[in-house]
Amino acid sequence: MFFQPAIIALLLAAGLSLAMLLIASPFALQVIRHWDIASGSERQLKLERLTYLFSTLVAFVCVVQILAALLFVFNADKMSVMFVGAMCAVGALNVNAYGFPALYLQLGLFFLAAIWLAINHVDSRARDYPLVKLKYALLLAAIPLFAASLGMQLSYFLGLKADVITSCCGSLFSADAPTLASEVSALEPKPALLSFYGAILAAIGLSGWHWRRGNDLSGYLAGFGSLAAFAASVAGILAFVSLYIYEHPNHHCPFCILKPEYDYQGYWLYVPLFAAAAAGMSAGVLRIFSRRPSLAAAVTAATRQLAAVSALGFALFALVASLMIWQSNLILLD
Amino acid sequence: MLELTHIRKAFNQGKHNEYWALDGIDLAIPEKQVTALKGPSGSGKTTLLTILGCLARPTEGRVRLKGDDISGLPERFLTEIRRRTFGFIFQQFNLIRGISAIENIILPAYPTGQPRKELLEQAEALLAGVDLGHRRDAKVEWLSGGEQQRVAICRALINDPEILIADEPTANLDTRLSKEFLAILERLADAGRTIILTSHDPLVVESAVVNSVVTLRDGKIVERK
Amino acid sequence: MKTWIEKQRHLIDFTLASLARRKGKNLGLLFIYTLLVFVLASVALYTHALRSEAVHVLAGSPEIVLQRLVAGRHDLIPPGYIEQIGRIRGVQKKEGRLWGYYYDSVVKANYTFMAPRDMVIARGEIVVGPALERSRGLAAGNGISFRSYTGELHTFIVADVLPQSSELVSADLVLMHEEDFRAFFKYPAGHYTDVAMSVANPQEVRNVTLKLMSALPDSRPILRDEVLRTYASIFDWREGIMLALLSAAILAFGIFAWEKAAGLSAEERREIGILKAIGWETGDVIKMKFWEGLLISLTAFLFGYVSAYLHVFYAEASLFAPVLKGWAVLYPSFALTPHIDGLQIATLFFFTVFPYTAAVLVPIWRAATTDPDTVMRG
Repeated sequence: MFFQPAIIALLLAAGLSLAMLLIASPFALQVIRHWDIASGSERQLKLERLTYLFSTLVAFVCVVQILAALLFVFNADKMSVMFVGAMCAVGALNVNAYGFPALYLQLGLFFLAAIWLAINHVDSRARDYPLVKLKYALLLAAIPLFAASLGMQLSYFLGLKADVITSCCGSLFSADAPTLASEVSALEPKPALLSFYGAILAAIGLSGWHWRRGNDLSGYLAGFGSLAAFAASVAGILAFVSLYIYEHPNHHCPFCILKPEYDYQGYWLYVPLFAAAAAGMSAGVLRIFSRRPSLAAAVTAATRQLAAVSALGFALFALVASLMIWQSNLILLD
Repeated sequence: MLELTHIRKAFNQGKHNEYWALDGIDLAIPEKQVTALKGPSGSGKTTLLTILGCLARPTEGRVRLKGDDISGLPERFLTEIRRRTFGFIFQQFNLIRGISAIENIILPAYPTGQPRKELLEQAEALLAGVDLGHRRDAKVEWLSGGEQQRVAICRALINDPEILIADEPTANLDTRLSKEFLAILERLADAGRTIILTSHDPLVVESAVVNSVVTLRDGKIVERK
Repeated sequence: MKTWIEKQRHLIDFTLASLARRKGKNLGLLFIYTLLVFVLASVALYTHALRSEAVHVLAGSPEIVLQRLVAGRHDLIPPGYIEQIGRIRGVQKKEGRLWGYYYDSVVKANYTFMAPRDMVIARGEIVVGPALERSRGLAAGNGISFRSYTGELHTFIVADVLPQSSELVSADLVLMHEEDFRAFFKYPAGHYTDVAMSVANPQEVRNVTLKLMSALPDSRPILRDEVLRTYASIFDWREGIMLALLSAAILAFGIFAWEKAAGLSAEERREIGILKAIGWETGDVIKMKFWEGLLISLTAFLFGYVSAYLHVFYAEASLFAPVLKGWAVLYPSFALTPHIDGLQIATLFFFTVFPYTAAVLVPIWRAATTDPDTVMRG
C-alpha cells in the first residue's frame, strides 16, 4: 500500500517542502534580528541578496503545496478502489483516523500559501520592503504546521491497509449519521439553495464593490464575504448540488463528483471555488497593511485585483453549479 | 543633479582584509555638463563610478538624485531608477555575442515591458543617428571596434536616460576613433544630457568637451577643476 | 497586465536565443531529462494499462468463487455440496467448475486444463489458448498427446485456437469435454474443483459471503473485488518498487541538473553581469532562468511522455515488460489498450519536473546575484 507512486510523490513533496523551510529558518532568524533596509553595510547587502534566494524557495514551496492539495484529493479518489466499502475519496480517507485531518491540514496549507504569496508580492512593491520581518516570522510560525502535515500524511499512508472495511459516503453522508457533514447534508433543499446563492451573491457584490472603491472597509468585508461564501458553497455542494449531479436524492458525497464517471465535474466546481476563496481572503488579510505609507498604493492595487479574481471565481462557480442543476434530470423543488 | 555626501565604501567589511575603496567623498555632478574622473588605478575611480551610476550602494553616506535620497533603496527599485536615468558605456563595450546589433541595443529595455515594435523603431532611429543603420542585423562578432563602440552608445541611449556614464571610453580606440567618439559625446552634451566619464587619456581629459575634471587618489578627491 | 505579458515575452525571446547559443550543453541536458521522463512514463503507462486490462478482463468473471478447504489446503467440492448452499437470497447462478494444472515437460510450462460449461467441445477434441499455438506449434486439426499423472497417454485433436484478444487470460488454457477431463485427471464423479456464483447486486456480495461462510464452514469464498484489489495492489507495488529502484536515477539526474546549472561558463557569467549592468535586476535574471528551466522541462516532458506512449503501446514496452509482467514461461502477447489518466501525469510531473526545479534553484540564484561591478572592472 505504501509504495504507490502518488503516495511517494506526496510524501516527497511534503518532506522536501519542510526541509526547504527548515533550511530557510536560520536565514529567517538573521532577517528578523539584523534587517535594516537603510543600512549600506555588507551584511545588509548580503541579506538582501539572500532574500532573492529564500523568497524564491518559499514561493516554490507554496506552489508545490497548492499542487499537492490537488494531487492529494485526486489520489484519495483513485485509491478508493483498494478499500472494501469505499466508493470514493471519503472511504479512502476514512480508513484510519488520520485521513481527514491530513486533508484539512493540506487545504489549510493551501490557503496559507496563497496568503503568504500575496503578502510577498505586495511587500516587494514597496520601496522599503516593510513586511520582510513579518514574512519571515510567518515562515517560522508555519514550520510546525508543515511538520504536522507531513506527520499526518505519513501516519495516514503508513496506516493504510487494503483489506480494512471502511465506511463509504453512504453511511457518512446519510441524514442519520451524527457528524457535521451529515447535518449539513440534511438541510432542506430550499433553505440550502437560498443561503448558497445568497452568500455567493453577497461575496460577488462585496468583492466587486472593493474592486471599484479599494478602501479598507470594502476590503475587510470582501474578505469575510469570501470566507462565508466558501463555507456556504461547501455546504451547498453537500446539501443539494451533489444531488443534482448524481441525480439521486440521497447521494450527498462531495468527492464522488471528482470521479471519471461524472466526467471530473467536481474539478470545474472546486478549482474556481478555492481560487476565489483564496483570492478573497488574501485581499482581506492584505488590507491590514494598508496604513503603512510605503505600502498603501501597492496594497490597494493588489487587493483590487484579488477582489476581481474572487468575484469572477465565485461567479464562475455559481454558473457551473447552476448549469449542473439545470441540466440534471432530478427534481427536488417544484 | 547627482549629489554624493560623505560617501564611504568598504569591501570585506569586518574581516581581517577589510578595505575602504572610498573614504569620505563629497561630490556634486552638475546637470547637462560633462564631468571627467581622473586618477591612478586603485584610486577608487571605478568604485566611485559604480556608486554614481547606482550599480552599488555605499557603505556609508548619502546619494541624492535630483533631490531624492536613493541610498537606502533596495536593489529592485535602485535598478528601476538606474534603468530610467542612466546609460552605461563600458571600457570593453560588453556587448552580448551571438545576437545582432539591434538586439543588443534593445536589451536594457526588456524589463520595462515595452512592446517590441516600439523598441525596434527607437533602436533603428539611434542606429541611424550614428550612421550604423545598415549594420542593424549584423552579429556583434562581425563588427569592428569602432562600430561596436557606436552600438554600445546606442544601447546606452535606448531608455532615453538623462545621465550617461562612460568608463575609459577611448581605452580600446585609436586616435581617429577617439576623436569620433568625442564628437558624438559633444552632440549628446549639446542635446542636454549629463555625462560622467573616467579616463586616463589626455585626449579626453583635456578636450574642450569636458567641463570639469575631478582627480582621485586613495579613495579621496584631491583636485577639482 | 499588458506590460507584464510583454516583459515575459521579451524574457522568453532572450531565453530561446540564449539556449540556442549553447546548443551542446542544453541538448545534453534535454536528452538526459527526456530519457528520465521516458523511463518513468513507460513504467507508469505500462502498469496502469496492465491494471485496467485486468479490471476489464475480470469484469466478466463470477462475483464469488467458492473453494473447499481441508486442513487449510484446497480440496475438491464433493457431491451435494452445491445443494447445501441452497437458496441464499441474491445468488443468481451457481455452478460447479472443473479445472486443473498440467505440467508440460516439453516446454517446461504449466497449462490450465478446463471443462467449460458455456462451450460445446466434442469428446477427443480440445480448444487451446494462443500461447500454446506458438510454443507447441499447434493449429486447428493438429493432434497432441499429454501424459497424465497416472502415466497414461491421452491424445487430442485441436478443434480451435482461442482468439488473440483474450490472450491475457487464455494464453495457457486447454479446454476439453467434461468426460475427457474427468478421465484424464481421474476426477471422481460428482466432484468439482470449485463453485462459481454470480450475485446481481454488488452491495449484497458481502452479505452473501457471510451467509456462505456460516452455511459451509469449510469453504473459502474468493470475491472478485478482492482479486481486483489484489491485482491493483500488486501492480502498484511493482510500480513503486521500480520507482524506488529508479530513485537512484532521479537523484543522479538532480545532481546532473545542479551541475549543469551551476557550471556557468565564464561567457555565461559575463553575459549575466552585462545584463545586470545595463538595467536588469536580479529578479529579472531569475525569471529568465526560470523560463529556461520551464522550457526545457516542458520539452523534455512532452518528448519523454510521447516516446513512452509509443514504446508501451506500439512497441509493447519491450524494455521493461519482463520485470513488470511477472515471471512466467509463456508470456502472453497482447496489445495493451492505451490508457492515460491525470493522476499518472501529475505524479510523473512530481517525479521529474519537481526534482529538476529544486535542483536548479540555488545555482540559478547564485548566477543571478552576480555582481554587475565585475563587468565594470573588466
